[in-house]
Amino acid sequence: MKSLIIAEQTGGQLSPMTGNLVAAASKIGGEIDLLLVGASGVAAAAESARAFPGVTRVLTSESAEYAGFTAENIAPLVVRLAGNGYTHVLAIASAAGKNLLPRVAALLDVGMVSEIVEVVDVDTFVRPIYAGSLLAKVRCAERVRVLSVRATAFPAVAAGDSAAPIEVVAPSGERGKSKVIGQQLAQSTRPELTAARIIVSGGRGLGSAENFAGTIEPLADTLNAAVGASRAAVDSGYVSNELQVGQTGKIVAPELYVAVGISGAIQHLAGMKDSKVIVAINKDEEAPIFQIADYGLVGDLFQLVPELSRAIASA
Amino acid sequence: MKVLVPVKRVADYNIKVRPKSDGSGVELANVKMSMNPFDEIAVEEAVRLKEAGVATEVVAVSCGSAACQETLRTALAMGADRAILVETDVELQSLAVAKLVKVVAEKEGAQLVICGKQAIDDDANQTAQMLAALLDWGQATYASKVVVADGNVEVTREVDGGLETVRLALPAVVSADLRLNEPRYATLPNIMKAKKKPLDTLKAAEFGVDVSPRVQTLSVYTPPERKGGIKVGSVAELVQKLKDEARVL
Ligand SMILES: Cc1cc2nc3c(=O)[nH]c(=O)nc-3n(C[C@H](O)[C@H](O)[C@H](O)COP(=O)(O)OP(=O)(O)OC[C@H]3O[C@@H](n4cnc5c(N)ncnc54)[C@H](O)[C@@H]3O)c2cc1C
Ligand SMILES: Cc1cc2nc3c(=O)[nH]c(=O)nc-3n(C[C@H](O)[C@H](O)[C@H](O)COP(=O)(O)OP(=O)(O)OC[C@H]3O[C@@H](n4cnc5c(N)ncnc54)[C@H](O)[C@@H]3O)c2cc1C
Repeated sequence: MKSLIIAEQTGGQLSPMTGNLVAAASKIGGEIDLLLVGASGVAAAAESARAFPGVTRVLTSESAEYAGFTAENIAPLVVRLAGNGYTHVLAIASAAGKNLLPRVAALLDVGMVSEIVEVVDVDTFVRPIYAGSLLAKVRCAERVRVLSVRATAFPAVAAGDSAAPIEVVAPSGERGKSKVIGQQLAQSTRPELTAARIIVSGGRGLGSAENFAGTIEPLADTLNAAVGASRAAVDSGYVSNELQVGQTGKIVAPELYVAVGISGAIQHLAGMKDSKVIVAINKDEEAPIFQIADYGLVGDLFQLVPELSRAIASA
Repeated sequence: MKVLVPVKRVADYNIKVRPKSDGSGVELANVKMSMNPFDEIAVEEAVRLKEAGVATEVVAVSCGSAACQETLRTALAMGADRAILVETDVELQSLAVAKLVKVVAEKEGAQLVICGKQAIDDDANQTAQMLAALLDWGQATYASKVVVADGNVEVTREVDGGLETVRLALPAVVSADLRLNEPRYATLPNIMKAKKKPLDTLKAAEFGVDVSPRVQTLSVYTPPERKGGIKVGSVAELVQKLKDEARVL
């Protein structure tokens, strides 16, 4: 077995989910080559990547055409590398990974398995379907198995003191199909949603952007938590899209998830039901969120959440 | 500019699906089927492009059994001009759908294909990207805004860190995210009109492409249920439980 894993980096910072990606590849066994591409920062990220136990080699390709991580330019490189005897190609099921891998699979003329949550054996994987309400065990015996990995299902391998060799690979050129012309990335001093130990999430029950900021943020501050949201809260403009948790947003599994004014639609649960401890605050005691919450508190969030912030701050 | 919209017939998003009793797949007998919600958004976007005078024709295509005609009629009622059913009883996977839609896109001379970002049944999130790869076109997935101008399409994408805008040369493939628009409801008069719009059926078997499944489903099962916990009576009790019982504070 020989896996090619595609890690992400920005400005030389390796994605925090790289340890989860290495963990998934380690379950497959055999050699693991980690690929890093980008327009800059690749060498710095490679220094962090080589330290992961289990990584055989770090392959790097730094070139202008990889700015913006466009699938059109990266897929041909991955396809070329895949010819070197790789049996598996993996990436995290992040927005970038989900955008890239199907393009790779189609160019290789192989079927792909999305969002694996378990490696049963080298050909057999488990993945959620129907917003996580069912699991499917699937077998993919293609010559190259292309897999996206749900990070929360594979506890991260910690970087150690290994120093895998770094090899530079030639870039594959500008394809001229697409260009990133603008970015509006959220600036936040909070922990990243998918890596946070605690998440405080707000829903439609908050009623407005002002209420969201005035109620959810102080509790998140007290807990040093990341902030999340339901689709309804994002659609209503209380917070921006990158905070959405759920089937079509981020998949999270923190130690503590506090759902405030969220009813618990299946599409929301799909993104957070693997959290270790779930707390729900909702005025409707019949709200479905209570069916999965470890601790439910029934009442008006505008009263309970500030009270909770104060109680934790003084505890 | 001709716009092609691939639409998939899926179990309605309100339905709680179950595994078949032998665990071989998903029980879909007598389940209400609807158009994939992301595809409604894709159809809406295409129709708006036509209403804005940017698109000349909107063609909906669905691959699957004869029952997909119902989904195509919905697309027609929303404002698509024509529909094409690529008929097969083989259970199609993303790569197969991409291969079939590629043939249609080329035959139709489509300049823009708008897919849904994922189908809510299989949640694969693959078809648009695969189609773009096979056509050797640019791809803009997870679109929350689409602007066509001067032979290009500029797409605002929802990415992990926020939003990103990409410019693609046409022809191109776009996949629709939830916030691209709010799809209209098909009105009764439009549903009546849709019955008279052209719906052609092509046989997938005559496309000369390999649609055999590449990934085999061994079993489908329900994940372990998370058991519900308790209701606490006060904030103080909650904090105490979180500290002493759950030990997360
Ligand atoms: C294809 C598709 C994909 C989707 N993807 C996602 C997704 O990724 N993520 C997601 O979250 N949703 C998603 N949804 C939407 C989902 O179905 C729900 O509509 C959404 O999660 C509802 O958000 P909510 O719980 O905030 O709002 P509501 O369901 O409106 O719930 C609001 C809750 O707040 C409570 N409340 C109101 N006021 C107070 C108060 N003062 N004090 C205490 N409680 C109060 C109410 O009792 C209610 O339970 C998707 C839907 C579709 C069709
Ligand atoms: C439990 C389960 C088991 C399955 N087992 C098998 C199996 O053993 N063998 C098998 O062959 N298939 C099987 N399937 C079906 C198959 O996996 C999916 O239908 C296939 O992957 C299609 O892609 P998707 O729906 O995931 O598309 P996605 O990539 O998620 O869809 C994205 C977009 O592509 C377009 N699109 C997708 N499908 C169509 C279509 N048919 N027509 C038009 N446009 C479309 C739409 O615009 C859609 O929004 C199974 C499905 C499930 C849920």
